[in-house]
Amino acid sequence: MTDEAIDSTGVRGSAERLWARIRGGDLGPLPVIVGLVVIWTVFQALNPVFLSSRNLVDLTMQCASIGIISLGVVVVLLLGEIDLSVGSVSGLAAAILAVGFVQLRWPLILAIVAAVATGCLVGLLYGWLHARFGLPSFVVTLAGLLGFLGLQLWVLGETGSINLPFDSWIVEFAQQWFLPEWASYVVVVVSVAAYAWSLIRRARRRAAANLESQSYREIALRAGALLAFLLAAAWYLNLARGVGVMFLFFVALVVAMHIVLTRTRWGRAVYAVGGSVEAARRAGIRVDRIYLSVFALCSSLAAVGGILAAARLAAANQSSGGGDTNLNAIAAAIIGGASLFGGRGTAFAALLGVIVIQSISSGLTLLNLNSSVQFMVTGAVLVLAVIVDSISRRTRAATGRA
Amino acid sequence: MTAVNPSRAGRPRERVLTMRGIGKHFGAVRALTDVDFWVNEGEVVALVGDNGAGKSTLVKVLAGVHPPDAGTIEFDGDEVTISSPADAQELGIATVFQDLALCDNLDVVANLWLGRELVSEGKLDEVDMEQRTWALLRELAAKIPSVRIPVASLSGGQRQTVAIARSLIGEPRVVILDEPTAALGVAQTAEVLNLIERLRERGHGVVLISHNMAEVMAVADRIVVLRLGRNNGEYNAADVTSETLIAAITGAIDNTGTRRTPTGRTPTVPADKTDDRPNADVIPLTSREPRRGRRRGGAS
Repeated sequence: MTDEAIDSTGVRGSAERLWARIRGGDLGPLPVIVGLVVIWTVFQALNPVFLSSRNLVDLTMQCASIGIISLGVVVVLLLGEIDLSVGSVSGLAAAILAVGFVQLRWPLILAIVAAVATGCLVGLLYGWLHARFGLPSFVVTLAGLLGFLGLQLWVLGETGSINLPFDSWIVEFAQQWFLPEWASYVVVVVSVAAYAWSLIRRARRRAAANLESQSYREIALRAGALLAFLLAAAWYLNLARGVGVMFLFFVALVVAMHIVLTRTRWGRAVYAVGGSVEAARRAGIRVDRIYLSVFALCSSLAAVGGILAAARLAAANQSSGGGDTNLNAIAAAIIGGASLFGGRGTAFAALLGVIVIQSISSGLTLLNLNSSVQFMVTGAVLVLAVIVDSISRRTRAATGRA
Repeated sequence: MTAVNPSRAGRPRERVLTMRGIGKHFGAVRALTDVDFWVNEGEVVALVGDNGAGKSTLVKVLAGVHPPDAGTIEFDGDEVTISSPADAQELGIATVFQDLALCDNLDVVANLWLGRELVSEGKLDEVDMEQRTWALLRELAAKIPSVRIPVASLSGGQRQTVAIARSLIGEPRVVILDEPTAALGVAQTAEVLNLIERLRERGHGVVLISHNMAEVMAVADRIVVLRLGRNNGEYNAADVTSETLIAAITGAIDNTGTRRTPTGRTPTVPADKTDDRPNADVIPLTSREPRRGRRRGGAS
């Protein structure tokens, strides 16, 4: 929103404003992009396979499931709350999908709906406990982490591991569906055109209302840069298998979430509650409903992420959603720039953060370093991200942009 | 965003709100006893009193935070009950509490319209909201550098301005300001006092709670003193000295007995007469034209 604080127009004016914001501690996605460049440079220097098309395609496919879980975590963080149980909920969803589809022979779509609905119910339960009894989300979701892990094991029963048939569309979607080359370019051009059109429309309306508006040159520059970047990315991925449909689904979710957060009353209310609960309540926002809806959304997205993870693995087992799923999803949201203190961050934090996390994981795997190093490096990056968040928060406070 | 109903401007100021015999107790503590209070439109009423005099309780009764135990409240001549903040808001009573309750991470436009956002085609209508925000701020002659910066980067006076401007979004008849200048410096205080004058010009009835006598004398039309939960005097700001006020506040002057007889008018005026120059004996209190010019000269 702040990029609309306009004193001077034109490309130069907006560049100056951007610089002023950065000096004021409003870093936006800059630290994570810089971090990503550093990480990619280092790994590329250590192992030239890292930036190959093939590896990057794998990277995008690994991002999708954790990224979708992380997207839900971002929204919860915007409220200034936390959900520690996303891993367990994603594992539970995977178990329900596998048991429903394979053992009980439900139609696939019914199994998916049941799994997502379970996630939604879990979130509603959290929201209710938080709103009704004032339990801190940290404790409620910690209890959920244990409880739903137990439920996952109980649902899986004796077998412990259930394979999903390879010819089911959900597995094909997660493993083998890639956009044809021409389709990937069409998607890029159409989405950039939609973006440019929305900018032009906004600029026209603002100009008609005598408000400061972006110049057409600036819009052309922005849209052109985005188009060039996306076309280059699509071309590079197309050198290997191409753009995965599952990755595209994840990116589409991120963009949709961004629009909902910035352009609807609900999204505005989420940011308001994250900024000041009391102010939001006095403004007439039904704070309890916001909590309910956000926790439900987060757990539902965790369930979707769990389903996709199971589909990619073509199996659900006792360790689905276990291990580092939980921590990676939360770490990705924070590394991507969602503030732990609430009210700050965008949906794109999930996308950027998960790419950082998966890059570290993929790079270290290529170097034949085992998971011990991987955990330590990820931990260090997480600490760095929180340090950046804290410093930029202090700078903002010092320059009055808190 | 034309605030004042134009047809209202030419007419004599109407009584907006009348409270009679208000009582409120918390357990054994009698916070308010038989308090009378009223506000006309386009009038600034200062509510003064020592700590514990019942100012905040009276305001909270008005704001719907505490429903009263006794007494009646009339709004535009109709008897009403204000049992929740939502009721108060619906009637057109807006309160700016001391802590302002702004969201620091949101910009001025977002704060102003929070909870009442304008929507077109299912999306937030940012253009319309920003336009109206500018119009309102210009009308209030408020000095806000940009409406698209987070309110955290505004000064105390500017934040107060945003909070007051926000209370005007629903076009309230009565605006209650709870110690709006308590935390402000000299220049910012002057800014807020100017703003209060603007509110009066727009035709809002303003209830101002303050501890600062100079400020009250500068901006108020009428001053109501509370002491120990009772009315203890009511003065025309033009012809009262701060010594008299302080005496009334501290109890050196006891008006509780004497006040009742002349102001016994309040209960005797029939409700249906309130539109038409309701209280002949109140007119002198509120005819403040000469004083106004003088104060303007001093303020600007």
